[in-house]
Amino acid sequence: IPSNAATPRELTQNPLKKIWMPLPCKNGLPDERICQRMVCMTNCPTLIVTVGLPARGKTYISKKLTRYLNWIGVPTKEFNVGQYRRECLKIYKSFEFFRPDNEEGLKIRQQCASTALNDVRQYLADGGQVAVFDATNTTRERRETITAFAEQNGFKVFFVESVCEDPEVIAENIVQVKLASPDYTNCNTEDAMEDFKKRIKCYENSYETLDEVLDRHLSYIKIMDVGRRYLVNQVQDHIQSRIVYYLMNIHITPRSIYLCRHGESDLNVKGCIGGDSGLSPRGKEFAKYLQQFIQSQEISDLKVWTSQMKRTIQTAEAVSVPYEQWKALNEIDAGVCEEMMYEEIQQHYPLEFAMRDQDKYRYRYPKGESYEDLVQRLEPVIMELERQEHVLVICHQAVMRCLLAYFLDKTAEELPYLKCPLHTVLKLTPVAYGCKVESIYLNVDAVNTHRERPENVEVSRMAEEALLTVPAHQ
Amino acid sequence: MTLSVWALPSADMTTEQEKNELTQTPLLKIWVPWLGMGGCKLSRRRGSSVPQLTNSPTLIVMVGLPARGKTYISKKLSRYLNWIGVPTKVFNLGQYRREAVQSYKNFEFFRPDNEEAMQIRRACATNALEDVVIYFSKEHGQVAVFDATNTTRERRISIVSFSKEKGYKVFFVESICDDPNIIAQNITEVKVSSPDYVNCDKDEAQADFLKRIECYKQTYVPLDDEKDRHLSYIKIFNVGSRYLVNRVQDHIQSRIVYYLMNIHVTPRSIFLSRHGESELNLLGRIGGDSGLSPRGHKYATALGGFIKGQHIKDLKVWTSHMKRTIQTAEHLGIPYEQWKALNEIDAGVCEELTYEDIQENHPEEFALRDQDKYRYRYPKGESYEDLVHRLEPVIMELERQENVLVVCHQAVMRCLLAYLLDKTADELPYLKCPLHTVLKLTPVAYGCRVEHICLNIEAVNTHRERPGNVDITRNPEEALKTIPDHF
Repeated sequence: IPSNAATPRELTQNPLKKIWMPLPCKNGLPDERICQRMVCMTNCPTLIVTVGLPARGKTYISKKLTRYLNWIGVPTKEFNVGQYRRECLKIYKSFEFFRPDNEEGLKIRQQCASTALNDVRQYLADGGQVAVFDATNTTRERRETITAFAEQNGFKVFFVESVCEDPEVIAENIVQVKLASPDYTNCNTEDAMEDFKKRIKCYENSYETLDEVLDRHLSYIKIMDVGRRYLVNQVQDHIQSRIVYYLMNIHITPRSIYLCRHGESDLNVKGCIGGDSGLSPRGKEFAKYLQQFIQSQEISDLKVWTSQMKRTIQTAEAVSVPYEQWKALNEIDAGVCEEMMYEEIQQHYPLEFAMRDQDKYRYRYPKGESYEDLVQRLEPVIMELERQEHVLVICHQAVMRCLLAYFLDKTAEELPYLKCPLHTVLKLTPVAYGCKVESIYLNVDAVNTHRERPENVEVSRMAEEALLTVPAHQ
Repeated sequence: MTLSVWALPSADMTTEQEKNELTQTPLLKIWVPWLGMGGCKLSRRRGSSVPQLTNSPTLIVMVGLPARGKTYISKKLSRYLNWIGVPTKVFNLGQYRREAVQSYKNFEFFRPDNEEAMQIRRACATNALEDVVIYFSKEHGQVAVFDATNTTRERRISIVSFSKEKGYKVFFVESICDDPNIIAQNITEVKVSSPDYVNCDKDEAQADFLKRIECYKQTYVPLDDEKDRHLSYIKIFNVGSRYLVNRVQDHIQSRIVYYLMNIHVTPRSIFLSRHGESELNLLGRIGGDSGLSPRGHKYATALGGFIKGQHIKDLKVWTSHMKRTIQTAEHLGIPYEQWKALNEIDAGVCEELTYEDIQENHPEEFALRDQDKYRYRYPKGESYEDLVHRLEPVIMELERQENVLVVCHQAVMRCLLAYLLDKTADELPYLKCPLHTVLKLTPVAYGCRVEHICLNIEAVNTHRERPGNVDITRNPEEALKTIPDHF
């Protein structure tokens, strides 16, 4: 046995995340020698650059991609050059601003791009991992400038080009997002449409699409005809591979996603968390109402997903539609606290209880999971939800919070406190750049299971302070 | 956000919906409707953690000149799909041809003007497709990979109409490569040793094969952007530097595309090892989160020495979140990444018990596990099947990476090994992964070369063989027969 082996360091388990880390830690922060594989650990930040004529879905893609990456834990921000231009110009007159021979216009646009890139540099230096540079970037010259900027700063570049010639799709895009743009607040629909079409024309002549030969050393995905076809070139690393996979799974076919929890369960009634109990009488009632509600929605080809826990399956059985069970949709594992009431947790594990209130997203139950773990677990569900059309997901409180946070772009801090009451269906319909939410309460009483963050989250707090926000139960 | 309250439905609440009675299947721990009264079965799932998201069978059709990696891709893809639970089989046309023609003379067989040979080759294709039908209809196959050149539009059209007729989805995988070095390398690695060239010397074989390729080139029509725009396919250029993906129809095709886009052929090695012997190992207890025993520490030190001696370029080290793997990695002196997905199988209520404890407290569970170790799920725990799904992102990242050392656990290592060595679900839970042994896996030709390196530090044996009697009625001695020794 060679003698030049490393001296192993003592390990300690971080009390919040239950992660084993070596001692001593510098200032209580983890050593650089280890890192947590939450997601793609990239060393250099990545600059995603959109490419394409106006109304090709670049901003739609930018926002969606940003939302996805943030949700899986990769700090991402989008930089929309159009927004910079609006801040600079204040008032948009007409398409003439975009004419290729408009010297002044060009100068302003160039400046806006530079300002945006500066902000990108700042963001990526300050802990950001991915920046999405959302602009037309339709000339090779502009793209070369960006590539040089990235090289200088040690960023990887990945281009996302959207090519579409279908006039119906383009018209629909314009209607959905352009007409409501700040640029056209004082315009009627026809004038706005006309002007925007002329705007597109301004870009057309100088448009140089990413070329198979000339751009063969660049990393990019070219999306054609809203996802019918993709050209993928030189994927460099894990994060780019995940981005490509995501982009290839999203679609824009109109559809709705229904999220609800199982009906009230026997353990809910007792104020206990976790477990695998069946529905209470009121829960069974809810399931019947759910069936009627679903029927009234008249959805052709509705997919129904449940977890593998009794209460969601009982609920689905009453809906009388074929359903699929996903283990990934199981409720968060509360480890040693499974089936306990909050009062019991305070009694047996006051330290744990306090730490959970301090950082509910990252806190991992002993021998259990954290919300952060849940998100990782749910990623394949989200990916498949993106692929599907009409889906009803019957799940659990923590799970539903995670899914909702993804659709509504909620932060890690907000996520564990999102309100997902029993017996309420959320109907999410993608519209423009976001999601319309309708909340439908199915009028069957149920206990409240939502515990707000109490004022005092100190480990030294008293039991009453800890239990102040516990909802009423039997 | 709009809010609405659902109006009270009419008083006519159907009472026949008393189908809230569920029962939990004892092996898989899946809740299913109590079928006592012949109630309808709404859940379509057949017992896994992830829904089977395919309905129609899928026929994957390879396209490309010889020596473009079609068989390599076919075998790898098939291995991956089977591992994630999608029954897949490869139908290699060359094999059918070898069976029909018995002895291969030379490239002249493949000349486009060789009518007699053409007839034989067409007949082989028909036979292969007939076998595909049997595989789908009688053998519960879900994906079939038709591994042949399929270089003419005519051939592909006939496959498409065959599939349409049968109700199969078709997905083409075309491999295009014009780098002569890669092609020469392929020929050396897999063609020269083919049964076709068993009596040839290397150079003869090489020369003949190159002429074979020429035969195909004359009639090769690649998938066309315009003419084939209605087909579903992926075109792989130059071993993955570029991909063209057209009309992905469903989940399985999307997964296939993702997989194909993550694999590479750069030479590298994957090292698999368990943590050093742990305190709980010594006591014959399963699961838990204990630290290393003194012997375990010794092993970790030895592992560090071994790794240094291998002089591996840019080695990545991965561990689980459990203390024992991390302690092991700490001895290596190199940065490591912790993956929760690499945690040992969750034994639920059996965590930290000895097998004797399990037999005493949960004899029925113990028997069920022996009956079907792959699908058996511990109460409030996991099954090997669940583990495989948990490990899929690890496998995907392993494919992307180059040299990696994975420090993990017995059940986890069995799953990873089964993927790399193409073991079935039945073999997987009984693969031998002893403590204090490193497995070095190096991809070669169509498979993986395995080197077992025992680092000569004593450890308990943790491998329990399947006992003779797996009935619930068996007595404790029969159940405990195969338990390895412990303190």
